Amino acid sequence: MTAVATAPSVDLAGVSVGYDDRPVLEHVELSLAAGSLTAVVGPNGGGKSTLLKLIAGLLRPWTGSISVLGGRPGEHGRSVAYVPQAEAVDWGFPISAGDVVMMGRYPRLGPLRRPGPADHAAVADALDEVGMGELAHRQIGALSGGQRRRVFLARALASEPDLYLLDEPVTGVDAATQEDLMRVLDAEARSGKTVIATTHDLASAAEHFQSIVAVNRTIVAQGDASLVLDTDVLRRTYGGHLLFVGDRALLIDDAHHHDEAAGGEVHHHDDRTGAPGRRP
Amino acid sequence: MTYLLEPLGYGFFLRALAASAMVGLVCAVIGTYMVLRGLAFMGDALSHAAFPGVVAAYLLGAPFYLGATIAAVGTSLAIGWITRRGRLRGDTTIGVLFAGMFAFGILLFSTIPNYVGDLFGFLFGEVLGISGSDLVALTILGLVVLAIIAVFWKELLYSTFDPLAAGASGLPVAALEYLFLGLIAMTIVISLQAVGIILVVAMLVTPAATAQLLTDRFSRLLLLAAAIGVVAPAIGLYVSYWTNTASAALIVLVETAAFLGALVLGPRTGLLRVRRRMSSAQSPGSG
Repeated sequence: MTAVATAPSVDLAGVSVGYDDRPVLEHVELSLAAGSLTAVVGPNGGGKSTLLKLIAGLLRPWTGSISVLGGRPGEHGRSVAYVPQAEAVDWGFPISAGDVVMMGRYPRLGPLRRPGPADHAAVADALDEVGMGELAHRQIGALSGGQRRRVFLARALASEPDLYLLDEPVTGVDAATQEDLMRVLDAEARSGKTVIATTHDLASAAEHFQSIVAVNRTIVAQGDASLVLDTDVLRRTYGGHLLFVGDRALLIDDAHHHDEAAGGEVHHHDDRTGAPGRRP
Repeated sequence: MTYLLEPLGYGFFLRALAASAMVGLVCAVIGTYMVLRGLAFMGDALSHAAFPGVVAAYLLGAPFYLGATIAAVGTSLAIGWITRRGRLRGDTTIGVLFAGMFAFGILLFSTIPNYVGDLFGFLFGEVLGISGSDLVALTILGLVVLAIIAVFWKELLYSTFDPLAAGASGLPVAALEYLFLGLIAMTIVISLQAVGIILVVAMLVTPAATAQLLTDRFSRLLLLAAAIGVVAPAIGLYVSYWTNTASAALIVLVETAAFLGALVLGPRTGLLRVRRRMSSAQSPGSG
């Protein structure tokens, strides 16, 4: 152990994982403390979502060990709130915003108990906190993109977790929603909760998160907000998708990339076999 | 009035009413989750897959419930397992296994030299011929399915809507999926006598599909589907009695008519609603 006083909330050591026989992440070393607010950045197909799923216990690592809240991934599931990407949700599903948030209470209730007054109060509080109290009865498909993200964050809040895992929580939402959601997440982190969110908006990552983890098939770098201004880190994270203007690096839209790591992406990453980059 | 009361004097008609109401209820509840999970086709697959079990049970002199349950549950678990393992889409696995199992059933059926009316009943449904002991067995099995749903409705709902978040929060999503596949198989076994292998998919899917046209809340969807599932068979049985036509076909046709009615009158798809909106938009004064 190091001299750090508190045990890490999330710890990955020597972790590799992939789909079928194709590796997505290799040699992952990552340690995040309780109370940290971390953005995971990197190209599409670089393994951001896969990293979240590993921590959530939704994927088993091929090698290495993962500790989450002092147990195996999934062991303390009731203290973990996972928010999927908006594309993964069936928005035609016949439920209201309030119903979605109530789902956050289900794991705590267990099979036999029905939601009681405390659960309804928790749902109302969570909806109010994200500014959705008025729209609790609206069917989710009738909400705007930003409102949908608010509702899913409210569900996470209602489950009273110690660890938030959010996949692209502020992608494609308006600036006001982004500010509101980040304010809520910042408050949660300050109260000791661990918050990990993927994003491919580097400006948002630099502005709103204290710590940044750059991922492209492994942990390329870890550090504070200044990380996203480091040309070397950006080059190693995004490879050929950077445009250099003077000494400033611009990220070229990587929307043509798919979740499956394209073969062409591999060669951008020169130090796959080396030790993962770590920054204090 | 005598038209309504006269059939009630017959024990077979009362048994058919009770059996089809129970089957309609269980099918509608399971069917609601099936439709939301995108598993509508699974009902058709498992009912056909149950056929070899029914024929084998007949050949061995065993109760048909046993044979149908083993074949349907076995196939549903095999579909789940092969889909998870085999890098195949679910509908592909279903297509392969359902045709294969039904072919096996036909092969077994063709080994029986003489005509077997009972087995045709399983293909096309014969609720008016249901016995007292079959009604008891069907009711007990139906209550078991409903009890399991009553315990796990929340968990099934969460894992249906958002399997990733449900799994991360500690719900055993894979186990719930297998449980649900098992419940579908049990529901089909219960329904075989009443509506038959070929039509059971309609009992599962149509009430939920109808309710989906009428509401966008899960609780109302479930209640509405259950109501349709209980009422439609009674109407179908009366019409079948008066016209002396196939009971299972009429039960399904009543549900289909309810679906078409909801399509025309429903709040979102409703043709009347659309026309009203159009006419009010075109001539606001005359409306």
